[in-house]
Amino acid sequence: MDAVVETKAKTGWQHDLYDLLRHNGITQFCYVPDAGHSILIDRSIADPEVHSIALTTEEEGVALIAGADLGGARGVLLMQSSGVGNCINMLSLIKGGRFPFLTLVSMRGDFGEGNPWQFPMGQATQPVLEAMEVICLRAERPEEVIPVVSAALTMVFKSGKAVAVLLTQRLIGAKPF
Amino acid sequence: MPLPKVKAGLAAAAAPGFVLERSEVVPALIGRHEDFLFVTGLGGSASDVGAVTGDGAHVYSLGGAMGAACMIGLGLALARPDKQVLVVTGDGELLMNIGALAAIAVMNPANLSILCVDNGHYGETGWQKSHTSLGVDLEKMAIGAGIKRTRTVATEDDIADGARLLREGNGTSFVVARVRPTEPAKFKRNFDASFCRDRFRAALQRP
Repeated sequence: MDAVVETKAKTGWQHDLYDLLRHNGITQFCYVPDAGHSILIDRSIADPEVHSIALTTEEEGVALIAGADLGGARGVLLMQSSGVGNCINMLSLIKGGRFPFLTLVSMRGDFGEGNPWQFPMGQATQPVLEAMEVICLRAERPEEVIPVVSAALTMVFKSGKAVAVLLTQRLIGAKPF
Repeated sequence: MPLPKVKAGLAAAAAPGFVLERSEVVPALIGRHEDFLFVTGLGGSASDVGAVTGDGAHVYSLGGAMGAACMIGLGLALARPDKQVLVVTGDGELLMNIGALAAIAVMNPANLSILCVDNGHYGETGWQKSHTSLGVDLEKMAIGAGIKRTRTVATEDDIADGARLLREGNGTSFVVARVRPTEPAKFKRNFDASFCRDRFRAALQRP
């Protein structure tokens, strides 16, 4: 496989994912940068129809999405699993206000992780989200991403739930550092 | 022996320069409240705005999730560029997520204004001094974050200019009003975050 074809095979789902989010009316993309979300972030920056919001900490994104909803708009929070820990008290806003809430979490500290610092929060990510009543769905393989995020979009914007899609290291690749 | 009753009024010793009365300066800075959508902090700022608007449907007030006010305001301002959004919060709530000023300055929505009612204290928790009583300057932090339109309202002479900045809509603005550490307006507000969300959204959808 030549390099271009190989790159597309590895990242094609990310482009499909951006298109899926846009087709579902998401106009506010907020994030603390992460390699696992780099294509979504770059697409949102290049897209004149959306707001691409760089956060200084992930909890800002929880509040931003609640504000977007108050104004009738839809947002998504892109973050790494370590950022989930920064959001916990702020999720009081989502739970108490019953705001629809979608986050895509690129995982560290799970399958094949080579940096021991990533394990405490990586392994705690799903339990702490669930403790705050955020439903967790996992995507392990490229072909699962679109069906899983489609399910999440329905749960969030039709049923008003809070959902995190965990993009696992089996999907995005483990880092050796 | 019963403790002597604390006289209403000054709840804590004011730091130098904190002389304005919040019950006067907040309504004066807001002016016609119907011109804004409001997001407020948890304690004093929610009561101040509640007293001005009569618990209006165009207000979303926090009862927890401290540090959320400015970013809720940003999400709302980006969603509704046709409306002027005014975040009214306190020094403690703002300091909890001061990085939000950087995120907001980069976006710089024309229709977002932030009013920080700075009494130099954490009033809700027993009037402990906050950082602004101890030398921290919130206007300088906002300038450092990159917000271009900032003011400190410390005397009555500053109020008119501060009020103008908050409603001008030519870029994100930040006004810090230094007030005495007194009890905020007495106001019984609704603490049901979900009810208030539905009420806010329904009112905004009405033509």
